[in-house]
Amino acid sequence: MTRAFPFSAIVGQADMKLAMILTAVDPGIGGVLVFGDRGTGKSTAVRALAALLPQITAIEGCPVNSPTPEDVPDWVETATGQQVRRPTPVVDLPLGVTEDRVTGALDIERALTRGEKAFEPGLLARANRGYLYIDEVNLLEDHVVDLLLDVAQTGVNAVEREGLSIRHPARFVLVGSGNPEEGELRPQLLDRFGLSVDVRSPDTIEERVEVIRRRDAFETDHACFMQRWEIEDAKVRDAITAGRLALPLTRTPDEVLHDCAALSVALGVDGLRGELTMLRAARALAAYEGTAAPDRSHLRRVAPLAMGHRMRRDPLDEASATARVTRAVEEVLA
Amino acid sequence: MTDDPWARTLAALAALAVDPALKGLTLRVRAGPVRTALDHALTALPGPMHRIHPALSDEALFGGIDVTASLAAGRQVRSGGLAAGPAILLLPMAERVPPGLAARLAQLLDSGTGHRLILLDEGADAEECAPACLRERLAFATDLTALRHDETTGGLPAPADLDAARQLLPRVTAPPEAAATLTGLAVRFGIDSLRAPLLALRAARALAALNDRAAIGDDDLRRAAELVYAPRATCLPEAPPEPPDPPAPDDDRPDDEAADGQTEHLDRIPDEILVEAVRTCLPPELLNGLHRHPTRTATGSGAGARRKGNRRGRPLPARPGRPDGRARIDLLATLRAAAPWQTLRRRARPDGPHIHIHPADIRLKRCEDRSDRLLVFLVDASGSTAMTRLAEAKGAVELLLGQAYARRDHVALIAMRGTGAELLLPPTRSLVQARRRLTALPGGGGTPLASGLGESLSVARSARHHGLAPALVLLTDGKANIALDGTANRAQAAADTDRLASAILAADLPGLLIDISSRPAPATAPLARALGAHHLSLPHADAPRISRAVTAALAG
Repeated sequence: MTRAFPFSAIVGQADMKLAMILTAVDPGIGGVLVFGDRGTGKSTAVRALAALLPQITAIEGCPVNSPTPEDVPDWVETATGQQVRRPTPVVDLPLGVTEDRVTGALDIERALTRGEKAFEPGLLARANRGYLYIDEVNLLEDHVVDLLLDVAQTGVNAVEREGLSIRHPARFVLVGSGNPEEGELRPQLLDRFGLSVDVRSPDTIEERVEVIRRRDAFETDHACFMQRWEIEDAKVRDAITAGRLALPLTRTPDEVLHDCAALSVALGVDGLRGELTMLRAARALAAYEGTAAPDRSHLRRVAPLAMGHRMRRDPLDEASATARVTRAVEEVLA
Repeated sequence: MTDDPWARTLAALAALAVDPALKGLTLRVRAGPVRTALDHALTALPGPMHRIHPALSDEALFGGIDVTASLAAGRQVRSGGLAAGPAILLLPMAERVPPGLAARLAQLLDSGTGHRLILLDEGADAEECAPACLRERLAFATDLTALRHDETTGGLPAPADLDAARQLLPRVTAPPEAAATLTGLAVRFGIDSLRAPLLALRAARALAALNDRAAIGDDDLRRAAELVYAPRATCLPEAPPEPPDPPAPDDDRPDDEAADGQTEHLDRIPDEILVEAVRTCLPPELLNGLHRHPTRTATGSGAGARRKGNRRGRPLPARPGRPDGRARIDLLATLRAAAPWQTLRRRARPDGPHIHIHPADIRLKRCEDRSDRLLVFLVDASGSTAMTRLAEAKGAVELLLGQAYARRDHVALIAMRGTGAELLLPPTRSLVQARRRLTALPGGGGTPLASGLGESLSVARSARHHGLAPALVLLTDGKANIALDGTANRAQAAADTDRLASAILAADLPGLLIDISSRPAPATAPLARALGAHHLSLPHADAPRISRAVTAALAG
């Protein structure tokens, strides 16, 4: 298995990279929704992020990546009690997956062959403390998406079926990607993703050529290329680690709160989730950049990410959401 | 270069044998002698090859618990899947691959484990094709449908040559301009994805290795562009922009240079030659390809017809079957089925487990769900309506689209104007697209009602094939005056319309006809009867009234 393409070597796509870094600094922001055409580097970015993130400490053999022996759920039989370092998990959730595979279910084979009642953990367990990546999230069956968002929000996966009653922690950042031409997500679901990004293929030939050059170098001159970008990746990784430490100490000035509220009112966003997310994202950005408190410049950068998909919209309205947010930001923060 | 599809297929297969990172090849070929010749050519590919099928289970692909063996042995027996080692996967009937399997195969290709996928696409019409997410990832695609058997001469290079090329591949160098040339070319052919130039560059390397060259030459670039770009092109390049520097002064030099190097004068091959090379390979029906829509089977819980699945919806009685990761085992029914046999089985195997369960006892859960609905809007945009009420009809359709969005219905839009009907929007859930196409719809010309009905019928049929439940909404004034062949012959037009209306009735396509003529037209009521559709005469209705009426009619 070859190593993933380095995160910092991705050309352009600043919004997508920023959104992913913010969720790495503060997983509480919620998921990221990436909408764009095929071949714009969506999956590359997600896999690159996984390789970039600091390793986690987990108990060997624990299916939910528990950090300490006390956290291992009582139904786990395979855990050794040894602490090991392992990379941040990134779990792929394929289309057409069944609810059983997602949440976990009774281990039927074991029940039939040995007469034991055992729980077979699903994808949610594996994604705990990491990322859950869904390509073509807009084509995923609605009930699975509902389930995922519910778990992502509560951080607990509760399985009550077939005589089992099991809970395990499932704290993960949901990353969904899709092509809007093939179908849309319902507004209720859109709202529950923390941030959203629209990605497009690079506009200029130079940028496109640079993408091809880097990718080609990655494939043909692997060692040298990785060495060159490992340094850049390390910088981002250090900033994320520092940001995580700084986050609890980051203050929230009243003006920023006021600005958040004013923006939400100006955009006519339903509910308070948008404001909360925008605030968290601004704080995460401030922490990542090493400033003590977020200010308007941070808000300006995160507002399109946090608000773009939350505006009450007519499904037939064509105006780009990002453009509307930018306009509102200019007016409110003028 | 040649535009012989067989030669291109062989070149693609050879490149694939040399470099697994090219991922694979989509072949459009129906069963027949050509297919036999192809199967023969495929056997020459080195490495393990597995034939898979569209109903492949997760266990077979990624490995899992072998239920039959586990039950027999009384302990867990795991089977390794196809994903375990690098292999060439051959997938016939690729047009029938469900989205779930396509996503898993895409995941497998992305993981970089050296798997190659050869899709044999046996689709009958342009609508039926292999899933877009796979075609996008595979480097090559060729269409062999028009090939005759006697054109299938020649085979792959000898295994020793392929081996030598594989050894050479890591040392093949690319001239610095190659990336820029290929990227620029991709843009000119309207290929947005960046996977295409990447794959083209890799393909050029593989071709150079096959030709025993240590550096990519013009020929390799040209051939790679031909192979990778031709099936992906979405537009023909505009007339070339004025070349920045006229090539005339260089013209006297090529003679001495051509002798020694393949790469040095690469910057001077005008892009035009590459463009020409790709253009010759472009299929003549390129514009049909532009409207190609990803094959998608419906997911559930719509308002459409019932269908049986085993995942969600109202439970049905359990059925015997084998667990394949998609169906859930009905534990209670399984135990009930095994219960009567316990005494007998215990006698047969006294040392066995407490409960004797055989694979045949396993019962699977089944549920009944409703499939998604497809609303086919057939809008009459002829001169007679354009003058009077086209705007109103557009308003009504827009309102209906809003409702379709709320109900998660799919929509398709067909316009009738001029001499024939046109499918403006193939079935989709993308409302933005639908609205855009509708707004841009101009009016004028005759009323090719027969052609419109024919088009709707074919859309509805193909939708049914994909598991959707189609319904027809027809907005017209019923004044058919263009026959199926495009001529303005009122009598022939009426006959054609009747014929297609009865075909629609026979296809049991639920429908609704909205009369949008300025005065109630006498022709619409009989047409609605012939179609078996609800008839709605709203001479001076506003758009919201039409919309309410449609909701009421289709709810029944």
